[in-house]
Amino acid sequence: MGTDYVLEMENISKGFPGVRALNDVQLRVRRGTVHGLMGENGAGKSTLMKCLIGIYVPDSGTITFKGEKLQITSTHYALSKGISMIHQELSPIPQMTVAENIYLGREPLTWYGLVDMPRMNRMTTELLDRLKIKIKPTAQMVELSIAQSQLVEIAKAVSYDADLIIMDEPTSAITEAEVGVLFSIIRSLKAQGHAIIYITHKMDEVFKITDEVTVFRDGQYMGTEATPKLTEAILIEKMVGRTLTDMFHKETVSVGDVMLGVENLSGHGFRNVSFQVRRGEILGLAGLMGAGRTELIEGVFGVTRTNQGSIRINGKAVPIKSPKDAIAAGMALLTEDRKLTGLYINATVRENMFIANIHSYLTGPFVKFRKIERDCERMRGVMRIKTPSLLEIIKNLSGGNQQKVLIARWLLTDPDLLILDEPTRGIDVGAKSEVYRLMTEFVKSGRSIIMISSELPEVLGMSDRIMVMHEGDKVGELTRTEATQEKILQMATGMKIATELAA
Amino acid sequence: MATPPATAAAQPANRQSADVLRTIFRKYGIFLVFIAMLTVASVLSPAFLTITNLINVVRQMSVVGLIALGVTGVIVSAGIDLSSGSVVGLSAVVAASLAQLPDYAAAYYKGLNLPVFVAVLAACGVGALVGLLNGGLVAKTKIPPFIATLGTLTTIRGLAYLYTSGRPVSDLTDDYNFIGQGNLLAIPGVWPGIPVPILILVIMAIITHVLYSQTKFGKYIYAIGGNEQAARVSGINVSKYKMLMYVYAGLLSGLAGLVVSARIGSGQSGQGVGYELDAIAAAVIGGASLSAGGIGTVAGTIVGALIIGVLNNILDLTNVSAYWQQIVKGCIIVGAVIIDQLKHHGSK
Repeated sequence: MGTDYVLEMENISKGFPGVRALNDVQLRVRRGTVHGLMGENGAGKSTLMKCLIGIYVPDSGTITFKGEKLQITSTHYALSKGISMIHQELSPIPQMTVAENIYLGREPLTWYGLVDMPRMNRMTTELLDRLKIKIKPTAQMVELSIAQSQLVEIAKAVSYDADLIIMDEPTSAITEAEVGVLFSIIRSLKAQGHAIIYITHKMDEVFKITDEVTVFRDGQYMGTEATPKLTEAILIEKMVGRTLTDMFHKETVSVGDVMLGVENLSGHGFRNVSFQVRRGEILGLAGLMGAGRTELIEGVFGVTRTNQGSIRINGKAVPIKSPKDAIAAGMALLTEDRKLTGLYINATVRENMFIANIHSYLTGPFVKFRKIERDCERMRGVMRIKTPSLLEIIKNLSGGNQQKVLIARWLLTDPDLLILDEPTRGIDVGAKSEVYRLMTEFVKSGRSIIMISSELPEVLGMSDRIMVMHEGDKVGELTRTEATQEKILQMATGMKIATELAA
Repeated sequence: MATPPATAAAQPANRQSADVLRTIFRKYGIFLVFIAMLTVASVLSPAFLTITNLINVVRQMSVVGLIALGVTGVIVSAGIDLSSGSVVGLSAVVAASLAQLPDYAAAYYKGLNLPVFVAVLAACGVGALVGLLNGGLVAKTKIPPFIATLGTLTTIRGLAYLYTSGRPVSDLTDDYNFIGQGNLLAIPGVWPGIPVPILILVIMAIITHVLYSQTKFGKYIYAIGGNEQAARVSGINVSKYKMLMYVYAGLLSGLAGLVVSARIGSGQSGQGVGYELDAIAAAVIGGASLSAGGIGTVAGTIVGALIIGVLNNILDLTNVSAYWQQIVKGCIIVGAVIIDQLKHHGSK
C-alpha cells in the first residue's frame, strides 16, 4: 500500500502561543487523485497545508512525499520537490504583469543572463491557452478583477508541473462558468497523474470533483473516506459535530413599502439600471464575473460617482455623493474583498467592530468604552465569533470569524438597508448558516437586504426576488418561485450558456 | 482604476481614447513636465540653452543622481535608505586618504603610492559594507528600514569624523582629481568634452536600468516591494535580495563620495550632508512611490534629478535668492506626490 500514496503526513502537531492548531493529525493522498480536505474555519486545514509547503515547521510528525522523508523548511524547497499551492488569500504582485507573476522566481533567462521577456510571454500565452483562460500575458495584475487574478493563480500553480497541487478554496472568487473551466483543468491534471489536495467549503464541489475526503475539526483528524460513500449530511456532521437542519433559514416575511428605489442609474461599469427593494425583502443580485454587480452597488453607495439616474429612499430623492451620504441615509455595505476594503488588519476585533458607529459612542470628544464593550460583547455572542478576546488583533482570526466581525460592524450601525457583497465567501458551513439566520432576523424587523452572490444555491435559498445582470445591464428579474439555477445562468450569460456548457 | 481588459471591448470608443490619454499621462507625465520646464527655462533666460550651461546642470546633479539610482531600487523594494549622505562622507575620506600625494608631509599613509583604482574600489567597498549593514539590519532583524538607516546615518557620519578627526584629506593625486574634474572625449577647439562625473552617471544609469528591468534581481526587487508575502511563497529568498539591494545602493553612494571628493580635490567628513533627502526627492519626483512599493524606474529618477537641477539652475540664472530655491524645491516635491496620488486614485 505504501507506494500507492504520493503524500503521507503522520502524527503532525503544531502549536502557537495559546492555541493547539493541529493535534496529532494525519493526511494520506493517493497518486492521481483529488483529495478533498474539509473542516470549519480554524479546523487546521490551512495550518496543515502551510506545514506542507514550508511556511510553518511542524512541532512533531513526519512528512513522506514520493517515498522520501522530507524536512520542508521553505516554500522554495517544497516547490523544488514538486509541491505547489494556490493560496486562499490571493497574492498577486499588483504592478507586475500576468507573465511576470506566473513565472516569478523561475524566470527564463537569455544566454547572457537577462530575463527573457518575449519567451516568458510566449510561455504564458501557451499556458493560458492550454487552460482556456482568456487573459493577456502582458496585462498588469492591477487591471484584473478578483476572479481573473484567481485564474492567474490557478495557472501559476499548474505551471510548476508539480506532482502535488494544493488548492485552497480556488473557487471562492470565481463564478460558475469559470468553475467549469477549473474542473476540466483538474480532471486533465489528474489524468496526467498529478495529485490534488482540494480545500473547499462548497459541498457540491466536493461531490463533483473529489475522490476521497479527509475531515478535520478543531485541530483533530476526524477520518478519511471515499467520496462515493459519503453524503452531505454525514460530511456536515463530521465537520460540525452536530447535524444542521435546514441550511437556509428562510422565513416568509411580510413585504412592506418600497425602501430603496433606483431609477435609470448609470455609472462606471453599469448602464441604465432600475430596481426597487421593499421593506422585509432580500433582493438577490446574480450575474457572472464582470457583470457589473459590485460596480452597481458601489454606485448606489456613493463609492464611485454615477453620471445619471436617481436614488430614492422611502420615496424621497436622496443625492448620494459619498459613502457618508449613504450611511446617513441608512445604508450599510459589506464589501466583497474583506482584506482590501473592509478590515483594519492590525487593529483589534473591538475596534474593527465599532469603527463605523463611533459617533454613537461619544460624549463630547471622549469615547464611551464601557458601552462599546457591552455592545461588542453582545455581537460576539450573537454572531458566535471565535476569538480569545475582543482585544485580539483581527488578523489572527480565521477568515470566517473576520467576516462575522465585519457583519457585526454594520449591524451595530443599525442600518435600514444592508448591502452584502459575497457575504459568505470563504466561510464554513456552520458560519454560513449563522449568517443566513442573521439575515432572516434582520429583514423580519422590517428592514431590507441586497445580497450579491456568485453562489447560486445561496441566491436561490435566501432571495425573495433575484435581479440578474450581464455586462453592465440589468437583464431581468425573477421571483423566488419562478427562479431556477438554469434560468439565472441563462440570463447571466446572455444566452451563451449552451456553448459554455459544451466547452 | 484602469478598465478591466475583459470589459474593455464593451466600452464606447471615446471612453477608450480617454483611457489611452490617461495611460500616456500616467506613464510619461513626468517627461512631459520636464520638456515643458526646458521650454519655459529657455524662454526665461537666453543663457540656459547653451552647451556650457547644460553640461553644468548635469554635472551638478550627477552626485545626487548616482545616489538616487540606488535609492530608487530601495524604495521599489518598499524600503528607504537615509544613510546615503553619510556614506558619501565616509567613502570620500577613506578613498581620498588612499590617494594622497606620496610626498605630502601630512598624508594619512605616508609614502603610499597606489594606483587610482584602489581608491575607487575602496570607495565602492566602503559603501557596499555600509549597505550590507543596512541590509542585514532590515532583512534579518526586521526593524523598519527608516529606523535602521536613521541609525546608520548618524553612526556612519560619526565614523567619518572619527577617521579624520575632522580634518580635510587634501593633496590628492592628479589621477584621483581627474575623476571629479576631468573631461573625456574632447575635440580640441570644437567640443570641450564630457565631464567624467557625467560619464560615470550615464554608465551607472544604464547599468542600473538593465539591472532593475531585465535581470532576476530587478524582477525580485519589484516583486518584494509589490507584495512581499507573494514573493516569499513564490520561492524567492526575500532577505537575500533585500540585502543585495541595500548593498548596491550603498555601493552607488560610495561612488558618489569618490566623485564629490575628487571634484573639489579634498575628502571631508562633512561631505554629502542632506544628499539622501535630495536623492529621495529625485526618486519621488520621478514616480517612485513611498506609500506603495514596487513602483519606480531609473528613467523616472534621472528625470526627477534633472528637474531639480534645471529648477535650481533657472532660479540661479534669473537671480532668485537661494532661500526661494529651497521653498520652490519643497513645493515641487509635494506637488509631484500629489500628482502621483491623482494618477493612482484619480478615476475613483
